[in-house]
Amino acid sequence: MSPSPNLPGDPARELLSGREYNGADRIEGPLVYVRKTHPVGYRELVECRDREGQLRLGMVLDTSDDAVVVQIFEGASGLTLPDTRIRFMGEPLSLGVCQGMLGRVFDGLGRPRDQGSAPRAEERLDVNGRPINPTAREYPRDFIQTGISIIDGMTTLIRGQKLPIFSGNGLPHNDLAAQIARQAKIRGGDSSFAVVFAAMGVKHDVARFFISSFEESGVLDNVALFLSLADDPSIERTITPRTALTLAEHLAFNKGMHVLVIMTDMTNYCESLREISTLRGEIPSRKGYPGYLYSDLAELYERSGMLKGTPGSITQLPILTMPNDDISHPIPDLTGYITEGQIVFERDMNGRGIYPPVAGLPSLSRLMKDGIGEGMTRKDHPHLSNQLFAAYSYVKDVRNLASVIGEEELTPLDHQYMEFGEFFEREFISQDFKTDRTIEETLDLGWKSLSKLPPEELHRVTEDEIQEYLP
Amino acid sequence: MEGRIIGQVKRVNGPVIEIKGITDAMMRELVRVGPQELTGEVVKLSGTEAVVQVYEDTTGVAPGDEVFGIGRPLSVELGPGLMGTIYDGIQRPLEELLKVSGEYIQKGVSLPGLNSRKKWPFVPLAKPGDRLTGGMIWGRVQETARVTHRILLHPELSGTLETIQEAGEYTVEETLATLRTPLGLQPLTLRHFWPIRRPRPVKARRSLDVPLISGQRVIDTLFPLAKGGTVAIPGGFGTGKTMTQHAIAKWCDADIIVYIGCGERGNEMTDVLNEFPQLIDPRTGTSLMERTILIANTSNMPVSAREASIYTGITLAEYYRDQGCHVAIMADSTSRWAEALRELSGRMEEMPAEEGFPAYLPTRIAEFYERAGYMDTLSGEEGSVTIIGAVSPPGGDFSEPVTQHTKRFVRCFWALDRQLANARHYPAIGWLDSYSEYIADVAPWWEEKTGRPWSRLRGEIMELLQKEVRLQQVVKLVGPDALPDSQRFILEVCSLFKNAFLQQNSFDENDRYSTIEKQVKMLEIILAYWRRGSQAIKNGVTIVKLRRMKVIQDIAKMKLSVPNEDLSELDKYLSRLERAIDQMEAVYES
Repeated sequence: MSPSPNLPGDPARELLSGREYNGADRIEGPLVYVRKTHPVGYRELVECRDREGQLRLGMVLDTSDDAVVVQIFEGASGLTLPDTRIRFMGEPLSLGVCQGMLGRVFDGLGRPRDQGSAPRAEERLDVNGRPINPTAREYPRDFIQTGISIIDGMTTLIRGQKLPIFSGNGLPHNDLAAQIARQAKIRGGDSSFAVVFAAMGVKHDVARFFISSFEESGVLDNVALFLSLADDPSIERTITPRTALTLAEHLAFNKGMHVLVIMTDMTNYCESLREISTLRGEIPSRKGYPGYLYSDLAELYERSGMLKGTPGSITQLPILTMPNDDISHPIPDLTGYITEGQIVFERDMNGRGIYPPVAGLPSLSRLMKDGIGEGMTRKDHPHLSNQLFAAYSYVKDVRNLASVIGEEELTPLDHQYMEFGEFFEREFISQDFKTDRTIEETLDLGWKSLSKLPPEELHRVTEDEIQEYLP
Repeated sequence: MEGRIIGQVKRVNGPVIEIKGITDAMMRELVRVGPQELTGEVVKLSGTEAVVQVYEDTTGVAPGDEVFGIGRPLSVELGPGLMGTIYDGIQRPLEELLKVSGEYIQKGVSLPGLNSRKKWPFVPLAKPGDRLTGGMIWGRVQETARVTHRILLHPELSGTLETIQEAGEYTVEETLATLRTPLGLQPLTLRHFWPIRRPRPVKARRSLDVPLISGQRVIDTLFPLAKGGTVAIPGGFGTGKTMTQHAIAKWCDADIIVYIGCGERGNEMTDVLNEFPQLIDPRTGTSLMERTILIANTSNMPVSAREASIYTGITLAEYYRDQGCHVAIMADSTSRWAEALRELSGRMEEMPAEEGFPAYLPTRIAEFYERAGYMDTLSGEEGSVTIIGAVSPPGGDFSEPVTQHTKRFVRCFWALDRQLANARHYPAIGWLDSYSEYIADVAPWWEEKTGRPWSRLRGEIMELLQKEVRLQQVVKLVGPDALPDSQRFILEVCSLFKNAFLQQNSFDENDRYSTIEKQVKMLEIILAYWRRGSQAIKNGVTIVKLRRMKVIQDIAKMKLSVPNEDLSELDKYLSRLERAIDQMEAVYES
């Protein structure tokens, strides 16, 4: 764990840090420009007081001999040029963390949002974290049973994985995330687990939905919420996931807990980044997003996984709404390049009343290959999921054909595939918000779907598996 | 503090730092910034000011901090001990770093690339009085069970050997020999340094006519790559770039693998670290890790080190090439490297060209790929560097600048296809967009090694695949039943070819790689089915009858059931196929 980040430096600079400057030179959106300061460090924490003495926090974005650019997380509205007092703290933004933060609600910067007092910090950690040495990582391979067939069977979630949900507006991604948080368990293992929930720019009722869902399942005491809601300053969102992940790292790697981090909605986070980047006049890359969006997202998503010799883990479940349902939009696109797979929602399936409306083919779990099979789930799992993918992919072709030549013209075999597709979607994928299926139930359902097809079509499963499992 | 003060920080903007008060800084000089001693490199000089890109997180750097020049460009340390090691983008050994700074990478830690305490068994290969020129071999060290490390003279030195130590155990720092040069007596050690941005000199380039056999059928048979060649693998996320790169790194017939994880996932590097030591190379019986060097600059490590990691990797590859090895280098992914260039360029407020990328992007890509080649080395050996670069086009759109510019400088292109990946057809290398310009060059090699008409067989199956695409368009409109049997048989054969040949299961013992003999035999069987089958259809046999032949079921699974070591079963399939069709035809003729 990175220690409290006191920057080394010459004593003169340490004396100067904490000195207060009266008056800003320019204010633009959430950015405040201060001239003629002492040498201020890059990414230093800033305390800023407005005319009423109200405290706001900020961070140094650019520092030079003549001017310092400060980003104020709470936004700059209400600040005046002469009456703004700025204090550079000589160290980066840090979060005081402790296990007592579970069961509490915080704002995006980690200050209590409920009525309680500030938790007594055991340690102060730099919210930006540090890159994990790849040789220190433990390769994740423990299967998490979510009780949701399409995930367990086809895009298996592994402890320590980062698996985002690519959704769209109006699709039930919140329900799915809540269901996963409620049902996720390790088979045969019982260990301390926690949920860290980071909300960025989501509506009040969405936050309330999650809170009441955690309450209903009786896990609220194991949940820490970091809320930066839709009406909170948008700049605060750029720091919210970082504070949440800082606590998650503490719980996982210092306290040995298994932490599930739900981050919603990453799209809002990226919008805030774009806002700041545009204000600073940076050269944009695609769709106006800054060129460093990939690196910035990676700094968040890579803060997951397991460490050798440490019992805990961080599993990330980021949720993002694809603007205009476009998976090639920079946000889902860059996310997909960093995360270990993705769960993709399909509007068409939602329209047909299938919950969860997970599109089978583009969804993928990259860590699945090492977490399933004999001794982990069941020995037929790898081949079965492969066969289901192949068959379902053919169903899509047949459906396209049927929409051109009409269903009557299809060959008998294609009709069987249509029947398989229907069963697969209605019985295997579709399930209730409250249904919690074991992995065996899921796999058996998969075989039941395959029984709609002639056995000689099943190229990707072995003869023995057909004998043993095909009903 | 090492070095001399060259200036003070003027402005900090992410990884880019402006320096003032410059007196004698050198372009591309290695520098250390501030009291934290962050590693950086001078990238621009202008009057008394300079721009430095810093390879570490710059949090806390403030104006006025001193900048120290080291007096030499960013270089790598070359010598025994590279093999089996995992480095970050600027050649810091990550396993050592773990001991020094813990699970999280701390800033300002500088570590030597080679272990300076380890003793190596040295055998001299030159004697006093020998005249040595740059790049010549003067000793050797058994680095791993399979890699014999030849000790090379620094390419820029030459002279007469004055003294040389007896065979024995030495560290990389000990002086083992002295060389009389025009500039005086030079001590020689097992290691030397070379700047990463300068290609190492060679005697001559050769033509590329030996294929790099990857064991992946779609690559070796359809789109072969030559030793010393260059290839790009573009594909959207989830299409299997990394899986393809891993498969090649595991099974290709290169002597040395340099795997660069450039801006990719941390867990992927961990996966390689876990898996490679356990895999056994079928050619030598030793662990795969003994021929592999890993360079990991994961996506959350500082972006400027990502830019450097590509050069670090290729310099290590060139060093082993100069010893007479065939080296394959995987860069996953060059797009992240290009994006790092873009980010740094943007921070330096340079004028952007397409999509914010700097105007010099094509030049940089060309410089990188031109460092590949099959060479006569200065040591009098022959060696090659083959570059296999992954490209991650945004949105899977191949018209973006990095893919387009890369296409101009590579001669082989393995386009990953989203639809194949969705159907879990791996490796998802599409046969329509991919190409290889090495086919004619490597055909003589194939035909000599296998004794079969390889290029004709390859041409035949490619033609069928092309026909199939056109037929599929018709099928989309009218359904397959409307086609005559002779055309439906094309679909049938192509479907068999895709399932039984192109698709390869990287987890299956028999199927994870295929020898060239197995590949050619499998191809011949499928083409025999095509030739005999289409003739039989002309003679009146129905397609259903052909499809129901028992031997077809066996052929469909031959990749899994027939081991590389014993291919006799394949010959049996072929004769069974011939016989079955003979019988059918006999029925119709009578």
